[in-house]
This record gives sequence, C-alpha cells and structure tokens, in this order.
Amino acid sequence: MNAPVEAKKKLRVATTSLAGCFGCHMSILDIDERLFPLLGLIEFDRSPLTDIKHCGPCDIGIVEGGICNAENVHVLREFRNNCKILIAIGACAVTGGLPAQRNHLDLGDCLSEVYLTEPGLENGLIPNDPELPLPLDKVHPLHEVVKVDYFIPGCPPSADAIWKFLTDLIAGRTPKLGHGLIKYD
Amino acid sequence: MTDNTFLLDGEEIPFQPGQTVIQAALAAGGYIPHLCYHPEFKPHGSCKVCTVKVNGRTAASCTLPAQAGLEVESDTDEINDLRRTLVQMLFAEGNHFCPSCEKSGNCTLQALGYDLGVMTAGFRHFFPDRPVDASHPDILLDFNRCILCELCVRASCEVDDKCVFALSGRGLGKHLVVNAESGLLADTDIALTDKAMEVCPVGVILKKRVGFAQPIGQRRYDPEPISAQALRDAPRPPAGAGHCAACEVEE
Repeated sequence: MNAPVEAKKKLRVATTSLAGCFGCHMSILDIDERLFPLLGLIEFDRSPLTDIKHCGPCDIGIVEGGICNAENVHVLREFRNNCKILIAIGACAVTGGLPAQRNHLDLGDCLSEVYLTEPGLENGLIPNDPELPLPLDKVHPLHEVVKVDYFIPGCPPSADAIWKFLTDLIAGRTPKLGHGLIKYD
Repeated sequence: MTDNTFLLDGEEIPFQPGQTVIQAALAAGGYIPHLCYHPEFKPHGSCKVCTVKVNGRTAASCTLPAQAGLEVESDTDEINDLRRTLVQMLFAEGNHFCPSCEKSGNCTLQALGYDLGVMTAGFRHFFPDRPVDASHPDILLDFNRCILCELCVRASCEVDDKCVFALSGRGLGKHLVVNAESGLLADTDIALTDKAMEVCPVGVILKKRVGFAQPIGQRRYDPEPISAQALRDAPRPPAGAGHCAACEVEE
C-alpha cells in the first residue's frame, strides 16, 4: 500500500509597494479567477492584501515601487533578508519610474516648489515631523540597493504577464515572458 | 558552396558584390539584430548591436563587406548576451521612461529590448539632466532619449541637404546638437517633411500636437516583434547620395 502523499507545502509569498502607486498590486489582482488556482499554490505573508506588518521567512518576495526614502530602504532590506527569491515588479521597481523623474532636480528645490513657492500656498512649511521617513537625495531602482533575482517590467505589467511569470517560477521553469507580454510601458 | 555565399549560423546566404553581411543576411531572410543600421543610409557602425562573430573574431555586420566563405555566428548565447548588455547600457545612460513616451510601441530600442528579453537595465542609471528643446512651433526635441545613432544627422545631411543635426563632445559628454548659432531648433530650416523627421529610432524628434493619436497597442511593434518586421522591411534601395552639398559648400 502506498504511503499517503503529503500535501505539497504552499510557497510563502510577501508583497509590498514602496515608491509605487499600487498599480502593480492592482494588476496582480487583475489575474481575476486565476487567483483561486494561485492560492492553491501559495499563501501570503506580509502584503497589503493580508495587512501583516512585517515579513517572516518567505519563498518569494514581490516588491513594487522604487526607493525614494529611508523607510523604503528598511522595508526592502527586510524583504531581501527574508525572501529566498526577490522580484522587482513594475517600471518603478525596475527603473525608478515616475518618482525618479525628479532625479535631475535638486531635492530642496522640489520640496520648496511643492510646499513653499507653488501659487496658492500661504505660510507653507516643508513637512519635518520625526515620524516622516526622510526622502533620499535621488530615487533608486531596487537593484541599486539590494540584489534582485528577477525583474518584471511594465507600467504596470499586465495580469497575463504576471500570471505567466509566477506560474513559470512556481513550476520551476525559468520565467520567460516573450512577445506581447514583455512591455516597458 | 558557390562563389558568392557565406554561412550565417550554418545557413548559406547568397550576396551581391558590394553588399555588407547584414544587407545580404536581411535580404535572404536571416535576421541580425541592429539599431543604428538603416537600409537607406550609409552604415555607421556605432551601436555595435549587429556584432557577429566571423571566423572567431567579432565585427559589426553593418560595416563588414560580405565575402565568399565567411563563417558568421550571430544567433548564439554569447553574442546575444553581448547585445543585451549593449541595450541595457543605452537604457541606463539616457532617461528612457517608456510609460510617458510618445514613441512607446514605435521605438526601435524598446522593441529590441523586448525581442532580446531585456528585463532590466541592470546597471546603475545615470539619470542625466538633458533639457528638451521645444523652441520649434511644430517639432519637439527630447534629448533624454538620444542614443547617438546619428540617423537624424545622416538623414539631414545625405537626404535633406540641410545638416540640421550633429554630434558634439567625446565619450560621456557626447551629445546631439542643433546646427544654429542659438543652438535652438527654431532657428534652423528643418521642415516636417524632412527625412530627418522620420528616422529617429527612439523618441527624440517628435511632431507636436499628434501625441498618442495612434493608440498604444496599435503601434508598429505591437503585432509582431522587431525581428519579424526587420525582415519584411528589407531590402530597400539606398535613398541618400552619400554626401551633402551644404556641408561641402561650408568647408
């Protein structure tokens, strides 16, 4: 008689959005009914979907958004320390994206423009509460701060691209998007 | 093997005397990735994306004359890795923010990245400061995306006889300049009908007020990858005479 087959252990997946817009997370949800088979294979750790605040040991970490402040660096390092595989998802995580469009400007100038000199601002103040994470001088893509194992470009990557990538990865294949799924815009 | 053929990845490619390796290959249905090469202009040999291995040595196939008996390797892991790195360096060097670019979907650099499977620039991004030139009433110049392929320089000189564009500086300081005392495009005689308006492979030279008239998803490289498009477009007869009367007068 065969020994009872042990249920395959689910992969533990953490996700977060740093200097991003949550558009990539929306695109993850956009895989629609395929979420059900996916949830048969994975369980979520820290993620906006679970509201778990800190990441435990995980198999896969999916990070949306670039690095624009000190807190982003801490969260990214927490992910790198806990996740066997780290994936940068979306244009901001891969290239710095929209937030990085400030990189050729002086940070002080940006803050004064937004909080002090913009028309309609009276007695403006640059926010300086100790609770607020300090902005970095420049916005960085993830790979400039930690080692990143995989990149899914796109703004956002389509649900089909995310599905193809994750199912390849979970099945142990080298993820390959191919024409129509690999997009930078 | 007959006299006028060479081997491209083991396939026999016929050629006419005077043809380069890439011209003969594309005409015979053998795709070699390329960026600064354009069938209508004199080869430039600067981007090196069309690099192939010939008898054990690397060479730019756009400038290499086809010769009988050459053994050319192109579609190999080694060469494609090199090409990928070249494309990555171009993405890291300029400001290529595809999500807001009007050229997205029609862009050769982007399409090449897709076809080669470039998922990230890999290198540290330079984020250079390159102000745009919006001086011209009908044309926008966005230098952030320039890859220094000189196609606009060649088109403006060889076809339009105007020499509106040139490259200036060396190494990292190399950049596209406009041939006017003010340095502004408005002070040149560029016209919307010029060949130089058509050839930019990236989103530097753009017509104003037509942005996104062609929707994303219905653009040049949406239905099929650039490798298929390049074969359909080849070969084309040369358009330029190879010299510019305006330049020669100035000298």
